[in-house]
Amino acid sequence: MIYDVAIVGAGVSGAATAWQLSHYDVKTILLEKNADVGMGISKANSGIVHGGFHHPASTLKAKLEIRGNLMFERLQHELDFPFKRTGILVAAFSEDEMPTIRKLYEQGLANGVHTLEMCGRERMLRLEPKLNPDVVGGFYAPGGGTVEPYRYVFSLVESATLNGVNLLCNWRLIKGFHDGDHWHLCSEDGGEIEARYVVNAAGLYADDVSRVCGGEIFHIHPRKGEEYLLDRSSAARPEHVIFPVPSAHSKGVLVIPTAEGTTMIGPTADPVEDKTDTETTANHLQRIMVLVRNMITGISQRDLITSFAGLRPVLDTEDFYIAPSEKAPCFIQVAGIQSPGLTASPAIGEYVKDLLKEQGLCLMEKSRFTYELRPHRHARSETPESLQRLHAENPAWTHIVCRCEKISEAEIVEAVRKGHTTLDGVKFYTRAGMGRCQGGFCSAKIMKIISRESGIPLEELTKRGGKSRLLAGKLGELEVKA
Amino acid sequence: MMETIQTTTIDVAVIGAGAAGLSAAAVTAAAGRSTVVIDREGMTGGILRQCIHNGFGLRYFKEELTGPEFAQRMFVKARDAGARFQLDATVTELKKLEDGKLQLQVLSAKDGVQLIEARAVVLAMGCRERNRGNIATPGTRPAGVFTAGSAQKLLNIEGRLPGTSAVIVGSGDIGLIMARRLRWSGIEVKAVVEIMPYPSGLTRNIVQCLHDFNIPLWLEHSVVRIYGKDRVEGVDVAPLVNGMPDMEKKFHIDCDTLLFSVGLIPENELAVNAGVQLNPATGGAMVDANYETNVPGIFSAGNVLHVHDLVDFVAEEAARAAAMVLKRLDGEDAAATTQPATAGANLKYVVPNSFFPGRRTVFSFRPLIVTDNGLLTATLGGKEIWRKRVPFVRPAEMLTAELDGALLTGDGELVFKLEKEASHD
Amino acid sequence: MIKNLICINCPRGCHLTVDYSPETGACTVTGNHCPRGVSYATQEMTDPRRTVTAVVRTTSAALPLLPVRTAKEFPKPLIPKLLNYLYTLTVQPPLAMGDVVLPNAMDTGIDVIATEPLEG
Repeated sequence: MIYDVAIVGAGVSGAATAWQLSHYDVKTILLEKNADVGMGISKANSGIVHGGFHHPASTLKAKLEIRGNLMFERLQHELDFPFKRTGILVAAFSEDEMPTIRKLYEQGLANGVHTLEMCGRERMLRLEPKLNPDVVGGFYAPGGGTVEPYRYVFSLVESATLNGVNLLCNWRLIKGFHDGDHWHLCSEDGGEIEARYVVNAAGLYADDVSRVCGGEIFHIHPRKGEEYLLDRSSAARPEHVIFPVPSAHSKGVLVIPTAEGTTMIGPTADPVEDKTDTETTANHLQRIMVLVRNMITGISQRDLITSFAGLRPVLDTEDFYIAPSEKAPCFIQVAGIQSPGLTASPAIGEYVKDLLKEQGLCLMEKSRFTYELRPHRHARSETPESLQRLHAENPAWTHIVCRCEKISEAEIVEAVRKGHTTLDGVKFYTRAGMGRCQGGFCSAKIMKIISRESGIPLEELTKRGGKSRLLAGKLGELEVKA
Repeated sequence: MMETIQTTTIDVAVIGAGAAGLSAAAVTAAAGRSTVVIDREGMTGGILRQCIHNGFGLRYFKEELTGPEFAQRMFVKARDAGARFQLDATVTELKKLEDGKLQLQVLSAKDGVQLIEARAVVLAMGCRERNRGNIATPGTRPAGVFTAGSAQKLLNIEGRLPGTSAVIVGSGDIGLIMARRLRWSGIEVKAVVEIMPYPSGLTRNIVQCLHDFNIPLWLEHSVVRIYGKDRVEGVDVAPLVNGMPDMEKKFHIDCDTLLFSVGLIPENELAVNAGVQLNPATGGAMVDANYETNVPGIFSAGNVLHVHDLVDFVAEEAARAAAMVLKRLDGEDAAATTQPATAGANLKYVVPNSFFPGRRTVFSFRPLIVTDNGLLTATLGGKEIWRKRVPFVRPAEMLTAELDGALLTGDGELVFKLEKEASHD
Repeated sequence: MIKNLICINCPRGCHLTVDYSPETGACTVTGNHCPRGVSYATQEMTDPRRTVTAVVRTTSAALPLLPVRTAKEFPKPLIPKLLNYLYTLTVQPPLAMGDVVLPNAMDTGIDVIATEPLEG
């Protein structure tokens, strides 16, 4: 069969595009090289819904950021993912920084963000008592917030597939050509997908995908960001996202009250060569701790539960590149989606849909579309009475598997049945293993449930697909030597 | 009526069915107090069940046992004393009600949501393991990184091999025991890496778990980088100079598995939510000589109170705590005045943190120094009231002091300190 | 042959130097602070033994692996052979704690016993 649209890459941009297209009578397929969706750039970022003041109005970034920001309530209502409009505080800790604060504030106003408020020291401290008392002033962006990015991607994809989009994971594109009528996309293991239009939302690899499809030659430069996660009990958890005054290359190291109750500090911003380099380093942790101590009280290294690094896909222009290819026919480039890409993503999906329409894709609204996903239920947020009712339907609801995050067996089973069959997939879908023990107690239990539900033998389960096997075999398979 | 939430009333609820919980339950149940022990796992014994090696019980049972044997004996004691067990059940909330009773919310597949109202609660939840994230080991995040205890569970309970060649971070007893277990499962052990200048585990384990297998132990070294995108492919190890890695002298070890045995953290989140104050030095509750926390009726014992070196001490401490629970249930005044006990020079902490004047009290400590000739002293209100020579002081080994009631009279603070005595050799 | 050992009889951990002649069986020990060091070193040189612990498979779904140990300390050179054999075994319930799982292991006269009950 020939699809109308093939989207390469199931990160936020690809998923948001697929979700937009799922509203129409269009045959769409979403292609993902990893074992699960959202496991590239989208998984490992700060999860900020930005406030519309960091970028000048002349950029595509600013335009889509502001539009995207406004779409989150509706998306959350329909798709049920963790999102909170916590507000953002940009804090200055010396008078020298105040001119930049004023400039950003005015840039925000010029961008149409009318809710920004310039604040003196007292106002800052009243809004956020945990700020370092050395704060001299700043501004408040009540429209900013935080989102759990992987859960957001899962929800977009879930809704899209529910409404007819096909999804293929473990599908790595190696070549694509247009035969004069339509595209042929070839995968590493010999698969072929035919489609009239191609959307290149391949994130860090958008340059490679463009090249192998005969599109423009450009370069994605990975820029690494390390993040450190603090336990729920951390005294440093603020009410708002706290930003420092930004530098030329980055919005700086933030203090982030995540939508799920933990606190995250980061990210760093370092150019790297390797698109798979997500290593964390010792000196960055120390640097982040110093920076964050200057911003907020209550930070302790004892609260650290994990760290990770993500890569931003940076183009030479530093702006988004979302446009029809001028070299490859019926081919839409969605590249350079670094910060504020997550904030912009709902608008990116919409923008790409409009570009496809301009390119001749016929968009007829579906007569029947399922708007609202069935809300995700979580044992941790149910009342005892409602939990008891759930238990009457399914006893697995009151079997707690992950003690730190209070995740029930029912939630894990649901994740597996929805196709998340790696340990990380289940972890990001359910939060099981994300808490303070980092899976020390529950990993073996979760693996047994995945194995039971998916039929994959325990020994073949992976952390995140590919060669990331969790076990080496059964006891007795290796010979004991003297 | 599946949807109604049942409330049961009981004298004593024990949270955790490991050595501490079973030991406490045996005491309260034997005294005729209705006792329930609640545990997440389907079998009692806690972490002892996966500790299939020998070396337990020499003090408590006067014979050498494996973990499962110790656990089974403790279970039989508690069961025969009349304790009830609620297994495969998780306590998700503990709180004090207005009438002074303590309420536990328990979830289980079998019974759904249940409430238990208890007159006394014994916290016996044990510890979780510190992990790679807690100590921020740099590098990639591949499969093949385990805590020692989770690898032990995979091998001894699930019968699965965590890898084929391993490096172990930390020379505590769990790490050492796992070195031998890996070898006895056919898995290569390339090295044990320890940041301290001395091993954290017992000499016997150094000899029988490392020397027996010619496994190198790198003291004052640290893993400075983990390699491997999908599965662990190796680590860089560097010597430490004044606590900082000397990267010039780092070397590489190939392995597909990395085990972290870098300490235990008392699992006290339930307690904190109930309003229990913690001691930052132990991570456990602050307790008085009754092993009672600042929340009346909530007691704490075993590894959730402070990390013990021997399970025998855990069982003994929990039995002492349970005896205090009984006194409390018998109506003994909880408000009797206590005096503070604190840890002075070279001691990381003291448990309990206060004592009742005139009552015999057992104190436990963790030393911060290594010496073959230690002197432990106690002063009360600035006056020395007790001293004891302690040979072979090691941070890995707990110290205890038993002070007679007659000594514990007088005003002021009780301060313990540990000194190195001049060698007698 | 000269070998260095650490005595494990007490926390002191004496570093022993042992001069052992396999032909005559003569064993000279230095570095010990008490006689237990000599007997420890002699045993280690002539007939080292360890308690072996392991798990064996069972036919029970409730307890698929049963922990076991040697009833006495077991000759060290035979340990790999014993373990490789134990990993091929499958036992059936019921077994009480202490019941023999493998009698006379490797012809040593030493039994391997269950260290947990296996209910039927």
